[in-house]
Amino acid sequence: MAGFGHYTHAIVRGIPASLAKEALRSSQSEVDLAGARKEHEAYVQVLGTRLGLEVVELPADESLPDCVFVEDAVVVCGDTALITRPGAESRRKETEVMKAALKNLNLNIVEMTDENATLDGGDVLFTGQEFFVGLSKRTNQKGAEILADVFKDYAVSTVPVLQGLHLKSFCSMGGPGLILIGSSEHAQKTLKIMQQMSDHRYDKLTLPDDAAANCLYMNLPNKGHVLVHPTAEEYPESATVFDKLKDHMLIPVSNIEKTKVDGALTCCSVLITKRANI
Amino acid sequence: MTTEAGSETEVKEKAEESAAETDQSEKASEGAQEVTDAEGEDKEKEKEKDGKEGKGIARYLPTWLKKQKSQSQTSPTKEEPPKEESNSKDTQEEDGPVPEVNGHAEEVEEKEAVKSDEVKEQEAESHSTASADTEPAKEEKVQESAEKSPEETVVTEEGEGVEEEKKEQEGEGEKEGEEGGEEGHTSIFQSPLRLVRKSKMKLVVCRVTLLDGTDFTCEVEKRAKGQFLFFKVCEHLNLMEKDYFGLSYIDSHEQKVWLDPTKEIKRQIRSNNWQFSFNVKFYPPDPSLLTEDITRYLLCLQLREDVASGRLPCSFVTHALLGSYTLQAEVGDYEPDQPRPLDNVGQLTFAPNQNREMEEKIVELHKSHRGMTPAQADVQFLENAKKLSMYGVDLHHAKDSEGVDIMLGVCANGLLVYKDRLRINRFAWPKILKISYKRNNFYIKIRPGETEQFESTVGFKLQNHRSAKRLWKVCVENHSFFRLNAPEPPTKARFLTLGSKFRYSGRTQAQSRVASSLIDRPAPCFERTSSKRISRSLDGAPMIRITEATSENGGDPHLELHSDSKTAEVEIEETVVVQEVSIAPKPGLVTVTSPQEVTVEKEVVVTVETKEAKQESVSSESESEEEAEYQPNVSVSICHTQILEEEEEEEEEEEKKGVSVPDAPSLPAEVEEEPEQKNNAEEEIQAKSNDDPITTQATNGHSLPEDSAVAPEEEEEEEEEEQEEQLKMNGVASVVEAEPRLQVICCSEPPVVKTEMVTISDTFAAQKTEIATKEVPIVHTETKTITYEAAQLDGNGDGEPGVLMTAQTITSESLCTTTTTHITKTLKGGLSETRIEKRIVITGDCDIDHDQALAQAIKEAKEQHPDMSVTRVVVHKETELAEEED
Repeated sequence: MAGFGHYTHAIVRGIPASLAKEALRSSQSEVDLAGARKEHEAYVQVLGTRLGLEVVELPADESLPDCVFVEDAVVVCGDTALITRPGAESRRKETEVMKAALKNLNLNIVEMTDENATLDGGDVLFTGQEFFVGLSKRTNQKGAEILADVFKDYAVSTVPVLQGLHLKSFCSMGGPGLILIGSSEHAQKTLKIMQQMSDHRYDKLTLPDDAAANCLYMNLPNKGHVLVHPTAEEYPESATVFDKLKDHMLIPVSNIEKTKVDGALTCCSVLITKRANI
Repeated sequence: MTTEAGSETEVKEKAEESAAETDQSEKASEGAQEVTDAEGEDKEKEKEKDGKEGKGIARYLPTWLKKQKSQSQTSPTKEEPPKEESNSKDTQEEDGPVPEVNGHAEEVEEKEAVKSDEVKEQEAESHSTASADTEPAKEEKVQESAEKSPEETVVTEEGEGVEEEKKEQEGEGEKEGEEGGEEGHTSIFQSPLRLVRKSKMKLVVCRVTLLDGTDFTCEVEKRAKGQFLFFKVCEHLNLMEKDYFGLSYIDSHEQKVWLDPTKEIKRQIRSNNWQFSFNVKFYPPDPSLLTEDITRYLLCLQLREDVASGRLPCSFVTHALLGSYTLQAEVGDYEPDQPRPLDNVGQLTFAPNQNREMEEKIVELHKSHRGMTPAQADVQFLENAKKLSMYGVDLHHAKDSEGVDIMLGVCANGLLVYKDRLRINRFAWPKILKISYKRNNFYIKIRPGETEQFESTVGFKLQNHRSAKRLWKVCVENHSFFRLNAPEPPTKARFLTLGSKFRYSGRTQAQSRVASSLIDRPAPCFERTSSKRISRSLDGAPMIRITEATSENGGDPHLELHSDSKTAEVEIEETVVVQEVSIAPKPGLVTVTSPQEVTVEKEVVVTVETKEAKQESVSSESESEEEAEYQPNVSVSICHTQILEEEEEEEEEEEKKGVSVPDAPSLPAEVEEEPEQKNNAEEEIQAKSNDDPITTQATNGHSLPEDSAVAPEEEEEEEEEEQEEQLKMNGVASVVEAEPRLQVICCSEPPVVKTEMVTISDTFAAQKTEIATKEVPIVHTETKTITYEAAQLDGNGDGEPGVLMTAQTITSESLCTTTTTHITKTLKGGLSETRIEKRIVITGDCDIDHDQALAQAIKEAKEQHPDMSVTRVVVHKETELAEEED
């Protein structure tokens, strides 16, 4: 728990032009590609320049319109990286470049090869003490099992994702033992299940907008608790809630365009902790 | 309170013992007499009838009664042991149930002495010390224990003589154990020394695999209970914080089963393979809270094994880390010049799939632990191990309601449900209202959530009924250990429960921590498995010290001891008849009446139970409990609003069950008062028994005085084995005087064992001597009828045929209850009197909790008719005595 959020590296990937038209999305909406790229640039800058993470930028791949959402391709915990088998067939190849990048970081790579298994990283919530895996359109039981097998030290509980794309479409960690959760009925229900399944106690911070509950939490040297969260323009009601986090360094980042293709803040990066000593 | 008192007590116990045996033998010789239902009007007649007609074990009763009476009259003190005793002892030693009546108690003692001179001396010493110092403080506990122990002992002995020598031995063992407990011996479990028994016991060699892989061999009596062996092992290991550990064995179905400390080993293992292993039973959630390094070391050993075997899964990194701490603890600092460190590592198994890579990692990490002492390394090991998600989770195969394979994991926090490696559900202990099993089904009843209205029950299918029971037991134990402050008294918190009476009998974690905090000894040296650095000091050699014992006692061992003894399992059909009579003009009476009777009833029940226990041991485990329930939390819904009396009743129950001696505000129970009262009671009883025709023959050996207001109560007291129910004594006294009619009569069999109370507290010992003599041990019966009634009521109304009001059969998971209600109305002197007679049949296999069933029945009867009083309770028991092989 002590080391939760102590990230040192971040992996991101560029936005291909194909995203605007071809990226998967649950709602029909026009994506402003330039706007999306601009937002993403700002996002990466926050991670690298402002927060001081070592950012690994992977090149975009036009054949993979969703490739910017790197989170789904891998689950990293400690020194181990589980290369996933994304639920959307069109995204399976996103893992290749990712794997190479992780190898360069000297992580132990485990691949999900079982053809019956699917898992999107967006369905995996790691709290520092345990995993919750959302069973969604993209993630199935088998995928969760494999994850549990890889990260044996931790309890892995499955929770249903009743609505929305991913588990983290309406929740994320806001700090050690703090879960940010959307206020929708299904989000609250899922939280209840998580709380019931856990031996640990979690505080919760409920946000009026489900999407606003997806934030990036970090605990960084010299900065303490950091929360990268959506802006007030997007979610004015939720923005005021973030102000309750007095101890956090709050960094609003605009994410309007990517949201149109179901891309939340956590989706766009893989955060990694590399310990210097070992 | 004096030293003498203690020894006297012992003597008495022995005397009683002998008396009991005598009874047995007498009974045996006398032949069968039938016990019939004492429902009838003429108690007297009935009683006689019962006595003479008896069948089965009941036959002994009459004899027994005689015996009792004569004893009480003849022998003023217990010091005079009945002659028969020696005989019976001989008998048992010879393995033959010869019912002869000769011999001396002294002889017996001599025999004992031969074998265990040392023991006795020790006993004596500890005895005096204990009684002098410890007792006063512990009076309550002692009493409790006494309450239970006497019963048990008595029962045992009776059973033995009649049925099998085995029983006898067991009984004795138990008794001894109990004495030990009372006298403040070494631990919860009796000191093995004390248990060392008489000569002719067959000894068996037990092999216990310890956590370091070595075998510990010791001899135990064939009849020894689990705790005896466990104690021996702990002694050998010099382990004081032993509550986290247990002994297990592999049963005939290749399943690992925990050895029940309260039961005979022999009956559990069901084979001639006396092979056990010493294991951690409850994994402390925070090992840093353990007091002693040696405890942590043993926990480490267990976890190393768990990890290496794959039972405790962990990642590569964690394997390496844990391995490195193991290495540090075992070989000390990494030595670079050591020729080939990897070889060293390779000899140890750290993980199921240990490979070179892991070994290298282990060595690499090992280097970073330089300077760490073994104890520190253990601490680090545990700090990492405890975080593992499967730490302390005991997995059981099961299927869910749809037949899908799942695993049920029992742990400190509750019950976890896994499908493959995934946690798919979790039921925290506080969420669980009831745990039960029936055949191969395992059920948990869940407290309704915020939004839900009703409790829900979740069922799982186990492979077979054995697995279901095993899982259930583990749940009961884990819940008790981690969630309760003290082991649950069997009667409390659950009602109308049949089936297994099993309860966790050891200390809870809370108690264990308290006990640990009292440990006052220099950290014991112990030898690590492959220690090369630790010099072996002779000082560290394991030995039990007196100080150790003392500190252990701080954790109130008595409680557990006795709750242990309570564990009874039975096959029984129990009939409870509760008659209620409402006497409109005299409400005061009601109050008085019910409590008294209730009390008595309980007593009876308890007795029965005890007896049951005996039988249980007779009947093998296998056929036993098909089902059982456990309600971890007293659910509000279950507790009906109760009348005052009932509350009292409950309290009394508690007291008797005796984990704690809760003093109800109304309870002026003062220990010191008791003896006096008893004496008085006794006198009165004697006096009255003569004058009072109505007085029932003291079936139990007590004569029951009727008329005097005070008398009945005192009688009860006596009957109750001097358990403190001063409640009534003081509170009710005035009422009683006003209404002297109330009478409690014990008709038929003398199953009431309020005997040996003397044992209970040394305080009373001196005064009690006489009383004790009077008191009679329980008889082992197949059929038993107990009737309690109010005196007045007997005369009238009996003749009238009852009107059948209702007859219903309720079958729940755990019991079959048939309730038949008759209502009779009588006009008597202008007063209309309504009698309701209820017949409740409780049927079940072993492990029925009779107390509860009975108490509940009475309670319910009262609730249904709050304005009436219970005037008579007839308990008719039919028990199948399972025949036992040796």
